[in-house]
Amino acid sequence: MDVWKSPFSETRQVQHKSTLLSNYRDQHFKGSRTQQEEKLKASTTLYVGNLSFYTTEEQIWELFSRGGDVKRIIMGLDKHKRTPCGFCFVEYYDRADAENCMRYVNGTRLDDRIVRTDWDAGFVEGRQFGRGRSGGQVRDEYRTDFDDGRGGYGKIVQDKMK
Amino acid sequence: MSRRRAHEDDDSDSDDGRSRSKRHRTENIDIEERLEKLILKVGDKSSASLESNLEGLAAVLEHDIANYKTKIIRILCDVVIGYPDKMTVYTTLVGLLNAKNYTCGGEFIEILVRDLKDVLKACEFEKARYMILFLADLVNCHVVSASSLLSLYDNFIEVCLEDNIPQTRSDWYVHTVLYTLPWVGKELFLNKENEFNKLLVSIQSYLGKRSKTHLHALKVWSSDSPHVQEDRLDCMWAQIKHLQSNAWTERLIRRPYLAFESALQDALQHTLPNIIPPSHHEDALYPLPVVVFRMFDYTDVPDETTVLPGSHSIERFIIDEQLHLTLLLNQYERKDCAATLLMFKEEKIPLNYMIIETVFAQMFRLPNPPTVEIFYHSLILELCKLQPSTMPIVLVQATEMLFSRLDSMNTVCIERFVNWLSYHLSNFQFKWTWEDWSEVLKMDPMAPKAMFVRELLTKCLWLSYHKRIVEMCPDEFASILPAEPRPKFRYHAPDDEIETETMPELMYSLRLTKSIKAKCTPEDVLDFLKEIPNPLDDSVEHTHNPLAIDVFVQTLLNLGAKSFSHSFAAIAKFNKVFKELGSSDEGQQCILKSMYDLWSDHQQMMLVLVNKMMKTNLLSVSAVANWIFSEEMMRDFTRFYVWDTLHASIRKMNKQVNQLQLEVEEMKDKKEEAANKVNDGLDVDENVPTEDDIEALEEKLDTAQSDQKNLFLIIFQRFIMMLSNHIANSETHGQEVNTLWFKWALDRLRQVFLQHHSVVRQYNNTLETLMFTSDIDFHILTVFNEFQALRG
Repeated sequence: MDVWKSPFSETRQVQHKSTLLSNYRDQHFKGSRTQQEEKLKASTTLYVGNLSFYTTEEQIWELFSRGGDVKRIIMGLDKHKRTPCGFCFVEYYDRADAENCMRYVNGTRLDDRIVRTDWDAGFVEGRQFGRGRSGGQVRDEYRTDFDDGRGGYGKIVQDKMK
Repeated sequence: MSRRRAHEDDDSDSDDGRSRSKRHRTENIDIEERLEKLILKVGDKSSASLESNLEGLAAVLEHDIANYKTKIIRILCDVVIGYPDKMTVYTTLVGLLNAKNYTCGGEFIEILVRDLKDVLKACEFEKARYMILFLADLVNCHVVSASSLLSLYDNFIEVCLEDNIPQTRSDWYVHTVLYTLPWVGKELFLNKENEFNKLLVSIQSYLGKRSKTHLHALKVWSSDSPHVQEDRLDCMWAQIKHLQSNAWTERLIRRPYLAFESALQDALQHTLPNIIPPSHHEDALYPLPVVVFRMFDYTDVPDETTVLPGSHSIERFIIDEQLHLTLLLNQYERKDCAATLLMFKEEKIPLNYMIIETVFAQMFRLPNPPTVEIFYHSLILELCKLQPSTMPIVLVQATEMLFSRLDSMNTVCIERFVNWLSYHLSNFQFKWTWEDWSEVLKMDPMAPKAMFVRELLTKCLWLSYHKRIVEMCPDEFASILPAEPRPKFRYHAPDDEIETETMPELMYSLRLTKSIKAKCTPEDVLDFLKEIPNPLDDSVEHTHNPLAIDVFVQTLLNLGAKSFSHSFAAIAKFNKVFKELGSSDEGQQCILKSMYDLWSDHQQMMLVLVNKMMKTNLLSVSAVANWIFSEEMMRDFTRFYVWDTLHASIRKMNKQVNQLQLEVEEMKDKKEEAANKVNDGLDVDENVPTEDDIEALEEKLDTAQSDQKNLFLIIFQRFIMMLSNHIANSETHGQEVNTLWFKWALDRLRQVFLQHHSVVRQYNNTLETLMFTSDIDFHILTVFNEFQALRG
C-alpha cells in the first residue's frame, strides 16, 4: 500500500507511540530477551486478542486488510476442542502495513468487541493453541465476569458453579 | 582484543589530556541537547505566557550563541520544516535573536536560503513551501526586508513566462507566493504598495490563462451544485482578493511578534540573496493540481451562535489550512490528532463541521488521499469518542449529504465512502436508519445510490455475518441484500448411486474427493486428471482440458471451503497441479472461471483467492486482467470487488518492479563501494556482486518492466474495445450512449489512469500513438486527455 511520506517526520520529533513494543513478552520464546526484541521490532506479524469465539477468519481478514495486504491468518484454537478461543495471529507481507494496524485498528471494534493488537515475534507451530489448563486462553481461566462472546464465565468460576 | 580497543582502555585508566577533552565533548553535547529541547518545546502548552517563554529562550540563545552558533542555527533551520504548526513562534524567536545579534540573523538567513536552494533542486516542494513561508513571515519580524521578498517573488512569477513547461511547474510557484500572503500581505502592502500590486496583476493574468482540463478528473462531484468544486488556485485567488478588500487584515493567525513590536522595530533587516528557480527538467515532478473539497456552507450549521466562514473568505482558508496541517502532522497517532483538532479555541466557528469537512476532504482527495484511508476512519471514531454528544450528529448529517449527492460522485470516492461507512457502522453495532434509504429499492440496480447501498451491505457482511445483515435491515431490503456466501459446487453427488454412475463428471469429482481425502500426492492427481477426456474439438492440439480443470478446481476448493486458511492449504498442497493446469493463458482463464462459478456468491473469497494465487505466481497478472474483461465476468463488471482485484494485480506488478529496481541500485552501490575500497587499498568483503550478477538482475528487471507495461496495455485495450462496442451498439440501435453502465465503466478507466498515474505516464507515447488515437470516440479520449493534463 502506498504510504505518503510526510515532509515533516525527519525533522520533527515524532513519538511513534502506537507502534512501540508493549511490556508483554512471550515466556515460551526460544532465545534471549534481546533476540526476542529484535525479532519483534522487525516483525510483520501481529497478535490479535479479545476476539469473540464466534468471530471468523473472514471477518478478521476484512478488518486487517484495511491496513494493507494480509499474508495469512492463524486462528487461535482451544487446545482440546480445536475451536476458536478468542485470539489470532495476522501476518503481513510488509512491516509498514502491520504498523498501520497497530496505529489505526488497535482499540477499535470487531463483532462489537474492542480488539487489541500487539507485535508478535512470528508464528511458530504450536502457538495457535490456548495455554490455559482447560484448553483456552489463560485469561479465560481466571476471568470472573460473564462474557457471552467468550464462553460465559471464566473456567474456574464455571467449575465452582457446577 | 584489537589494538584499537586496548588503546581506548589505556585512555580510561590514565587521566591525561585526551580524556579531559572527551569529557569536555560530552559536556558540549549535553548543552547542545538541552538547547535543542528548549527550542523544540517553546510554543507548546506551558504555565508561563508564550511571550515570557520566548523572551527567556532568546536570552539563553543569545548567551550561548558564541559557543554553539552552528548547532543553534541548524536547529532553527530544522524547525522550519519540522514544526510548521509553530511557524510564527519561531519567526518571532529568530526576530528577537536578530534584534540582539545582527550577524547571527544574517547567518541564519544564509543557511536557510542554502537549504531552500537544495530542496528546490531536489524537487521537495512541500518542504520548499514551508521555508518560503518562513522567510515571508520574517518580514513581519523585521529580519528580512519587504523589497527583497518581493524580488524573490518576481523571480518566481517569471516562471509563468517560461515556454514548454508543464503547468504544474508555474502553478507551484504561483501557489507558493499566494500561500504566504495571508501572513505577509499587509507588510508588502504598507511598504511596497506599487511593486506588490504589480505582482498581483501578473498573478491574475496568469490565472486567467491557465488550462483547466485536469479539473474534471480530480473532482469528487461532477456537478457544481450545491457547492462549486474549484481548482485550488482559483479558490485561493478569491480568498486573497477577499483579504485585500479587508486591507490585508485578518484576525485568526497567531502572531507572537506583535507583542515584541518595540524590541523588533529597530532591528536591521537583511536583504535576501537572489534566488532563481532551478530550470525545468524532464524528471522534475511538481505537485499535482488539487480541487478544493466543499461539503458544507453556513446554512448547514443549525447552531446560530456560530457561522461557517464563506468558501472565499480568508478565514475559511486559514482554518482549513490549520486543520489540514494538524491531520498531516498527527497522522501516526489518531488519538493525539483528534485531541489536537478539538483544541482549536476559535470562537464563533462551527469547529465540528470544519473538522469533518477537512477529514472527508483528505479521505476523498483524488487521485490518492495523503495517507492510508484507515487513518481517517479511526480518527473519526476518536472524534466521536471525545465529543459523543455533538460529533455523531454532524457525522449523520454529513453521511446523509454524501448519500444525497451520490449521483454525481466519482466512483473512486463512492468506494471510499463505502469503505469508511462500513467500518464506522461496524464500530456502532450497525445501527443505522436503513429504512431512510429504501428509495433505492425501486431504482435501477446500476443507479449510484442503489449500487452504494448494495456495496455497503456487502462490506458490512464481510465485517460481520449474513444473519446479522439480514436482521439489521428492514424486510423489504431482501432484494438488495448480498447472497449468503456459500459455495455453488457443480458436482454434488445425488443420493442415488446409480444415477451418479451415469454421469461421468460426477464420478470424476467423487473419485478425486476420495483420493484427496486419502491424502494422495499432487502427482497422483495429475495422473488421474489425464484420464478425463478433453471436451474440446480434438482435431487440433489443446493446451488445456477445461473439464479436467473444472473438476479439479471445483472439487479441491469445495473441500477447502470452510475458511480462507483451508483453501490456502489446499492450494499450497496441490500447487504443482495448478501450475501444470495453468501453464497456458487459456488454462488460467479456465481456473478463474471454475473458481468464479464456485464462489460467485462469496466475493470476498474470490478476491482473496485470486490475490493469493497471483502472489504465489499460480495466476499471472495479465490473466487476471483478461478474465475481468471476459464475457463471463460482465455480470459483475460494475461490482466493487472486481476492481479491488484488478488494482491488486496492478499493485502486485508495480511492487515487483519497484523491488527489482531497488535491488539493482543496491547491487550497483555495493560494487562501486567495493571498487572504491580497492582503490584505497582496503580489504573487500567476499560478496561483491560481479558485472554478470548485475546484468542478470537487470534482465529480470527488464522482463518485469515489460510485463508491467503489457498489463497496462491489456487493460487499456480491453477498456477501449468494450467502451467502443457499447457506443457503436447504442448508435446502431438509436439508444442513449450515456447509460448508467457507461458512466461506471468510464470512471473505472479514469481510475486506472489516475491511481497509477506515475507509472502510466511512462507509456504516454505508446498510448498516444497506438491506443488513444484521434479516431477513438471523444468520451474515451476525454479521459485520456484529462489524465495528460494532470501533469501537463
